[in-house]
Amino acid sequence: MSVLTRPATPAHHPAKPPTPHPSRSHWWRRHCFGIVVLTPSLILMAIFVYGFIGYSMRVSVSKWQGLQPDLSPTDPPQQTYDQMFRTPRFQADLRNVTVFTVLFLTLAVVVGLVLALLVHNALVGRTAFRGVFLFPYSLSFIVTGVVWRWIFTPSTGANLILKGVGVSHGPKWITDPAVAGNVSQALEPLLPGGHYIQVQLGIPLALIPVVIAASWQLAGFAMANFLAALSAMPEELREAASLDGAGTLRYHWHIVLPWLRPVIVVVLILLGHVSLKSFDLVYAMVGEGPGFATDVPGIFVFEQTFRALRYNTGAAASVVMFLLSAAVIVPYLYRSVIREKSR
Amino acid sequence: MSTTPTTLAPPRRRIRRPGAGPLSGAIALAVLAVLFLTPVYIMVTAGLKPPVQADAVHMWELPKHLDFSGIRQAWEKLSPNLRNSLLMVLPATAATAVIGALNGYVLAKLPFRGAKVLFAAMLLGMFIPYQVILVPLVRFLQWLDLYGTLQGLVLVHIVYGIPITTLIFRNYYDQLPHEIIEAARVDGASNSAIFLRLMLPLSLPGFVVCGIFQFTNIWNDFLFGITVVPDPTQQPITVALNNLAGNFSVQWNTVMAGALLAAAPTALVYILLGRFFVHGLTAGSVK
Repeated sequence: MSVLTRPATPAHHPAKPPTPHPSRSHWWRRHCFGIVVLTPSLILMAIFVYGFIGYSMRVSVSKWQGLQPDLSPTDPPQQTYDQMFRTPRFQADLRNVTVFTVLFLTLAVVVGLVLALLVHNALVGRTAFRGVFLFPYSLSFIVTGVVWRWIFTPSTGANLILKGVGVSHGPKWITDPAVAGNVSQALEPLLPGGHYIQVQLGIPLALIPVVIAASWQLAGFAMANFLAALSAMPEELREAASLDGAGTLRYHWHIVLPWLRPVIVVVLILLGHVSLKSFDLVYAMVGEGPGFATDVPGIFVFEQTFRALRYNTGAAASVVMFLLSAAVIVPYLYRSVIREKSR
Repeated sequence: MSTTPTTLAPPRRRIRRPGAGPLSGAIALAVLAVLFLTPVYIMVTAGLKPPVQADAVHMWELPKHLDFSGIRQAWEKLSPNLRNSLLMVLPATAATAVIGALNGYVLAKLPFRGAKVLFAAMLLGMFIPYQVILVPLVRFLQWLDLYGTLQGLVLVHIVYGIPITTLIFRNYYDQLPHEIIEAARVDGASNSAIFLRLMLPLSLPGFVVCGIFQFTNIWNDFLFGITVVPDPTQQPITVALNNLAGNFSVQWNTVMAGALLAAAPTALVYILLGRFFVHGLTAGSVK
């Protein structure tokens, strides 16, 4: 590598006189730069991330509603959480974010996988195709939401095309309040506090257009990660598989998919945390939706806090969001950073 | 994760490409590309249509003749917010890149005990749902007298940009050989001299990747914009676009043209520098 031949910095200090505590001064010389650089960032993180999360947790067990801050604790402390979990709207939010996450992860990863395999094996135009599929990732969720809202508005967009091919009554898309596949009866005895559940458990149909828009935006992200892994795949694997007489399908099922598995897990984690905290796209595209069919915790927090000024309820919902994403992200960081092999 | 493409030797035996063959693969790609570009088609054509076609019922039609009135109206309404976004993005991107480079250098090249735990604790900051810090953030900014100002927004983006830029630069410096540092140290160079005279000149690709990634991230932010800055004249473009879209007295094609304006800067960066964009994006996968 050319950098190796680059002359190292020629700074030459004259030998220093011996210091009374050679080891300590040596330690300081070695680490002083690192400490001076990292300390401000660590302080900022301690305040803006950990301190603020702690503050929100405190607000969530306080009586604070209205403009005047009031941090005195409720009695019992979990009162706000109790009330929130019994609210039909928040129950709908938890249902929606679960359904959304499952559908969105499936669609984005499957489409991303198909795109990656097609692009990887394309004979011409790889860069151009990769560019087209990744393009939506560069856009704001607000842009995506504003445009897709019109595609899935029943009086226009997709239904105009359906009308063109002879379907006169297209789906109601984002205005559909129906919940498909109601499983409330079956789930009620299984879920903790099942008898408190007041919303229908199933797939809110209005959520499906949002899943499509989100997958449009992020399937390219999945594809780019898969493509990087595919291009790092040793050619010998393909040769060995063909020597063993594996066909195309078996090769992809038994060799390519296992090779991609670690990347698929990473993509699932990263998209999963995007999905759990989703706000912008839903807010711009549909808002809370008919009968809270598309409401998500992200919107709930925003409206409780900044519109209704119920600070404790907003904070409680945000703590739930934080715990959900921490459950996904903390093990991931632990595995990929802390237990990472020494480099 | 390695992104170096291995040289592709022609396959010796017949494991065919998925699908029936190269032709069907190409057709599938073309169909998918058209599907993916549909929303872009709507935005672009809407902005170029004359007023008679300027409603959602004519969504799929090509412009009968070119007319820039949609774009002009959107520009009139949104240009102050475009300016706000630029004034927010440029300083925040520059500052986070510099902080990220310093942090990344220390974490990649100056190992110390507990570095990984601190790094992981820092990275958690980019994965939290920002809803959980909004109320204390607003109060803190009020206390600093920065609430509702662009400077406040810049500060917020700098702070919450530190984890991702540190990550990008740590991964970048990690792949530079350790030997060059050892050599410089044997020559008596201090850590700061090594950073300034040795690492920084090698960092241009890292800065490009980080710059593009942060430019896109910050430009596309909505949540901080809408909560930290209530004054519409000070809001960034994403918030202004959302307001425009929710205003029923605004014509449909003006909204679409507005979306086009909001998308243009990041789209342009992406089209011109897409190669680096991919690097920044896979850097988000931590390793």
